Amino acid sequence: MHPAYSVILFTTASGAGYGLLVWLALSVFFPGYLPAGPVAALVAFGLAFALITVGLISSTLHLGRPERAWRAMSQWRTSWLSREGIMAIATYPVAGVLALAWLQSSLAANGITVVVLATVGCAVTTLWCTGMIYASLPTVRAWNMPLVSPLYVALGLATGGILYNCVGLLLTGRLSQSAALVAIVMIAIAYVMKSSYWHSIDTAERTYTAGSATGLGKFGTVRSLDPPHAKANFVMREMGYEVARKHALKLRSLTRLALFAVPAACLGLAVFTGGGLAIGLACVGVISAAIGVLMERWLFFAEAEHVVVLYYGKQVA
Amino acid sequence: MTSLPQSTRTKLGLVIDLDTCVGCQACATSCKEWNAGGYSAPLTDYDPVGPDPDGVWLNRVHSYEVGEGDVGRTVHFPRSCLHCETPACVTVCPTGASYKRAEDGIVLVDPDKCIGCKLCSWACGYGAREYDYSDGVMKKCTLCVDRIYNETFEPEDRVPACVKACPTGARHFGDFNDPQSNVSKIVAERDGFDLLPGLGFKPTNKYLPPRAKKDATAEPVQTPVSAAIKPSKAEAGTAASKFFAWADRVLSTEPVS
Repeated sequence: MHPAYSVILFTTASGAGYGLLVWLALSVFFPGYLPAGPVAALVAFGLAFALITVGLISSTLHLGRPERAWRAMSQWRTSWLSREGIMAIATYPVAGVLALAWLQSSLAANGITVVVLATVGCAVTTLWCTGMIYASLPTVRAWNMPLVSPLYVALGLATGGILYNCVGLLLTGRLSQSAALVAIVMIAIAYVMKSSYWHSIDTAERTYTAGSATGLGKFGTVRSLDPPHAKANFVMREMGYEVARKHALKLRSLTRLALFAVPAACLGLAVFTGGGLAIGLACVGVISAAIGVLMERWLFFAEAEHVVVLYYGKQVA
Repeated sequence: MTSLPQSTRTKLGLVIDLDTCVGCQACATSCKEWNAGGYSAPLTDYDPVGPDPDGVWLNRVHSYEVGEGDVGRTVHFPRSCLHCETPACVTVCPTGASYKRAEDGIVLVDPDKCIGCKLCSWACGYGAREYDYSDGVMKKCTLCVDRIYNETFEPEDRVPACVKACPTGARHFGDFNDPQSNVSKIVAERDGFDLLPGLGFKPTNKYLPPRAKKDATAEPVQTPVSAAIKPSKAEAGTAASKFFAWADRVLSTEPVS
């Protein structure tokens, strides 16, 4: 599948933004680290909303008719893309109420638990819906897997956790040991899930063949003799994108390093160092995770093969 | 509305005969011609006479080599929207631009609602939807909805442009809900099949398999040409036949270099 940069930026930036919202919301239950008040509210919630908004705007760049984007809210009965759009927008007012309470230092107010849980629910549901857009397509074997949606949630929470610790360090001058530990555990969980995902797309049975696509398999091997057009068309460009296997393996190794190993190590070391070095380490972790998650998402598209390639000379998909 | 109808009053679609299709591309070009001015207009072409021609087509004809040796054959394979019973391209659409008509089962895109997100093209397993880069919306086969009900046409012309154009009668149009229709009967007779049934989209359009080839090991039915031109007994020995035999020998000799 063609890796569209607008969609990659959307899913990674918004993913981290929704993950950060979950972390901020849950931190209300653990007071004593992030300070209440306008500075923390503006910096932390500002970052989360900025990431989400940049991602959503980027996703509309992918559209042929961005001015009609509002129509995408209408088909929640059947469409995961529509559900995602609705949840993405619904998260704004819910998390906005929490940000407002934070701003006014009224985090002990009655009903704050409801706001916290609603924010967590909206953010996690949005991430889940993003994953389901891909996981619900039987035409792409590497996406039509039960791990895909949980992975979108896990990666959002992991990247959000890396951001949360960096923001906390910048605001308070220190890391919360427990928050850093939870983030490292989250990174480890996401790593195990992603490794398991890669293993399953490498080993899953390829059930569709050129024979079943054309119905001619019973007569023997089906070989493409003449394609219908001399140059690539939309279908081939959008669905026929391929990445060389050796490049994919190299990029997977780099992703393991940049998205998981480096940020986890940086967080671990920063807990024990403190001061300027800790800030430097946390920032390195954030930058590394950003590069890593962009590679991870690029691979998610580039490694995914669509069944339509069977009509264009591929034997199995 | 992207919710699918429980059932459709008629179930219109095509039967494509892979035995008689000769790959002439007449269905593809007549489709392009009709639809470039019809419901789907414009069907944009990019760089049409330049080095990298590309464009939106709603019907594409592949040619495949199938099998090996004596049983091997060339099969021409037209590919377009199959107007599935449970099309994922419709249910994934976030705007309601894609829909399946309850009256006849035709799957259409409303070009005024489509936002060009291209998700429907990912959901289709048959590559039937092509995005129009200049129009910013998705295009697909309409089953010539602007021909088949068109009362300004003679009744025999109220068929999709591809069916009308096919010179070998390899394309059939009709109602699959009616067991007595031409398409229902021919599918039953010729073991019509679905493409990629495992995807679960229940295509309406059916394909007919190539007919079995004659057994290559059987005795040839026709008299060999060499036997047919042997001179009769009455002719043998005449001057003319001796001359022709001599000429045959001379002409058969390889020139010495």
